[in-house]
Amino acid sequence: MQWIFASQSVILYILVYYDIQEGETIQKQLELRYLSADFLIIGGGTAGCYAALEFCRASDGNVIIIEKANIRRSGCLAAGVNAINAYINPGSTPEGYAAYAARDAEGIASHDILLSMARGLNDTVKRMEELGLSVLKDEFGRYSARGAWNIKINGENIKPLLAKAVAAESRIAVFNHVWAKDFIVKEGRAVGAYAVDLKNSILYAVSAKAVLCATGGAAGLYKPNAPGFSRHKMWYPPFNSGTGYAMGLRAGAEMTSFEMRFIALRCKGTLAPTGTLAQGVGAKQINALGEECEGKYGRTTSQRLFAAKQEESEGRGPCFLKTTGISKEQDEDLFKAYLNMAPSQTLKWVESGKPPSEADVEIEGSEPYIIGGHTGSGYWVDNSRQSTIASLYAAGDASGACPQKYVSGAFAEGAIAARSAAKLLGSAPEISASSAQEEKEKLNAFFGRKDPGYTARQLEERMQCAMDKHAGGIGSNYRYSGKSLAAAEAEILEIESLSSFLRAETGKDLAAIHELRDRLLVCRALISHLGARKETRWRLFAEHADYPLKDDGWLKFVNSVLRGDKIEIIIRDVEKEGSPDEH
Amino acid sequence: MSIRILESKCCGCGNCADICPGGLFEMKNGKSFLPHPEDCWACASCIKECPEAALRMYLGSDIGGLGGAIHARREGSELKWIIELPGKELRILTTDSRSANEY
Ligand SMILES: Cc1cc2nc3c(=O)[nH]c(=O)nc-3n(C[C@H](O)[C@H](O)[C@H](O)COP(=O)(O)OP(=O)(O)OC[C@H]3O[C@@H](n4cnc5c(N)ncnc54)[C@H](O)[C@@H]3O)c2cc1C
Ligand code: SF4
Ligand code: SF4
Repeated sequence: MQWIFASQSVILYILVYYDIQEGETIQKQLELRYLSADFLIIGGGTAGCYAALEFCRASDGNVIIIEKANIRRSGCLAAGVNAINAYINPGSTPEGYAAYAARDAEGIASHDILLSMARGLNDTVKRMEELGLSVLKDEFGRYSARGAWNIKINGENIKPLLAKAVAAESRIAVFNHVWAKDFIVKEGRAVGAYAVDLKNSILYAVSAKAVLCATGGAAGLYKPNAPGFSRHKMWYPPFNSGTGYAMGLRAGAEMTSFEMRFIALRCKGTLAPTGTLAQGVGAKQINALGEECEGKYGRTTSQRLFAAKQEESEGRGPCFLKTTGISKEQDEDLFKAYLNMAPSQTLKWVESGKPPSEADVEIEGSEPYIIGGHTGSGYWVDNSRQSTIASLYAAGDASGACPQKYVSGAFAEGAIAARSAAKLLGSAPEISASSAQEEKEKLNAFFGRKDPGYTARQLEERMQCAMDKHAGGIGSNYRYSGKSLAAAEAEILEIESLSSFLRAETGKDLAAIHELRDRLLVCRALISHLGARKETRWRLFAEHADYPLKDDGWLKFVNSVLRGDKIEIIIRDVEKEGSPDEH
Repeated sequence: MSIRILESKCCGCGNCADICPGGLFEMKNGKSFLPHPEDCWACASCIKECPEAALRMYLGSDIGGLGGAIHARREGSELKWIIELPGKELRILTTDSRSANEY
């Protein structure tokens, strides 16, 4: 990284803390380092890595990726994925895909943004194939379609392949195990970010011409399906904490559609994906009486979830995917397909001695997540993926108004953001030393202070229980009311104030405390969104007990910004085709 | 869902700590250590990276685990997945990154 430091001043601060109470010396060496790049990417996941590669194609500038884990296996793609869920197969069109995604979201989506994503899908798959991704082909060498919009791949090594391509590009510097805390905004423009090295007690102040938020979505807001030992055996990565949304809110960026929560209908226990069973071997969703129930209330994603939950509440649960009767060869193929994306499910089949050919696979709804790549929650962006803050972009699960993007859509959005960022001229602005110093001191205050008598983990559990009970979690059948949301908000505010006294001993603790605080802020915004949409547009995703019906007066976006310490709601029209204003 | 560390096999290389998407491992006295086993997502990244086959992934009994465990060995483009079940024979399944899923 010598070349980066060379151009920047490197300042070293060594601070020594004395923990008076314990009478012993705890030494913390907090080093403040300055970095600079043309393009700063927060989150080296699907969208982030792809954006870095695309930026290098579109410009001769350099890139810094800040990743809290290791880009070889971080985020949604860590375990692998089973298919490319968004692809324009021959005979279909990007317009068709945009219309399909908007329909699934019951109209709350931006047609223009969807279309720009859909137009980029197929290129990204071609590029990934060039990087070594295995894609299933038919006898004519064409990609094998799975349903209307899917193609079959081996997604086990998709992340290592991306990481290898990133490593081969000398203009990309990757900072693994570095956790981003906040954007730096100067006069309404994003000029960089602060990030903490989780292993070496370094605070980086990174300046850049353009900044991309690609931190994925938010899990861990609600009490999970198995809240005990397997509390993290959820569908969405528990390590995607929603920090990117919180960073955006604190920076003043506008968010959209948090209330369009995503609840995944998945294999019971392992929360493993079900597409391979439903689309791959054609397994039907059935109730405990063996009756098909999937399409009873319609075929959108939320209606299919509702169908399963409704069978349960009317005494015909649990629901299953009907796999009995498939062949032994299909069993073996499924074992392998799941090893390539969710090995826990293969282990479960083999361990229980009940392969899918012999026992139908029980399904359950997950806790609610906030994810812009499945539903439409996230940054309010224009077609170039710029947020309401100049030179701050968002892509993938972090970005909103563009549901059903999945892996290839996250790539496509990363590429759009990168090409937009590549057009920005000038050089990276300086970061004020006094602000950086102030930031460092704020963080240092969490070290060596008195033990408050509770931990971040305990507060997280309390937050998840409050959200579960009062803001429509699994425990309240995903329903909430104006009154229950008010109770949730009061509790979240109290937990927020308790969290400011937490104590850190290591860099990891510091990140854990701040991730809790980020989740609390996201919860607060979510509660405001849920309360603002006075209808029930999507069954269970946003099931408002006071307004149980869909009301087309609410064919509008619910957006939010943080002003001072308050979440302010902004209602925006779904324009002609639903496009947000260019700004 | 979690990971068990077979301490006698661990050479302390730190691969697991480097790769885990949740940053869950710590190194203690030259060995890998998982302070919060309940934080594991079961993504299997660590078991694919361990050169000594010192890690085992298992289902928590709260979600139906019966004492079995899985680990993996990489051989070129292939991954050999070894499933151990109490009182039963090993089950070995092989996947190859060069071939796409049939489903
Ligand atoms: C289990 C699962 C299976 C799926 N299967 C499929 C499938 O088969 N087909 C399909 O098309 N789609 C699938 N999807 C959806 C798809 O994988 C996601 O929509 C897509 O990968 C999201 O990309 P992203 O870049 O937004 O997020 P991610 O790839 O998750 O990247 C976010 C990155 O940001 C990092 N990060 C977060 N916070 C910080 C911070 N504060 N500082 C630094 N770094 C940070 C994370 O560590 C991570 O690397 C699946 C998703 C899941 C969860
Ligand atoms: S990867 Fe394996 S050998 Fe290396 S530290 Fe981890 S457990 Fe030990
Ligand atoms: S399985 Fe994944 S989440 Fe669990 S310890 Fe291993 S690398 Fe970490």
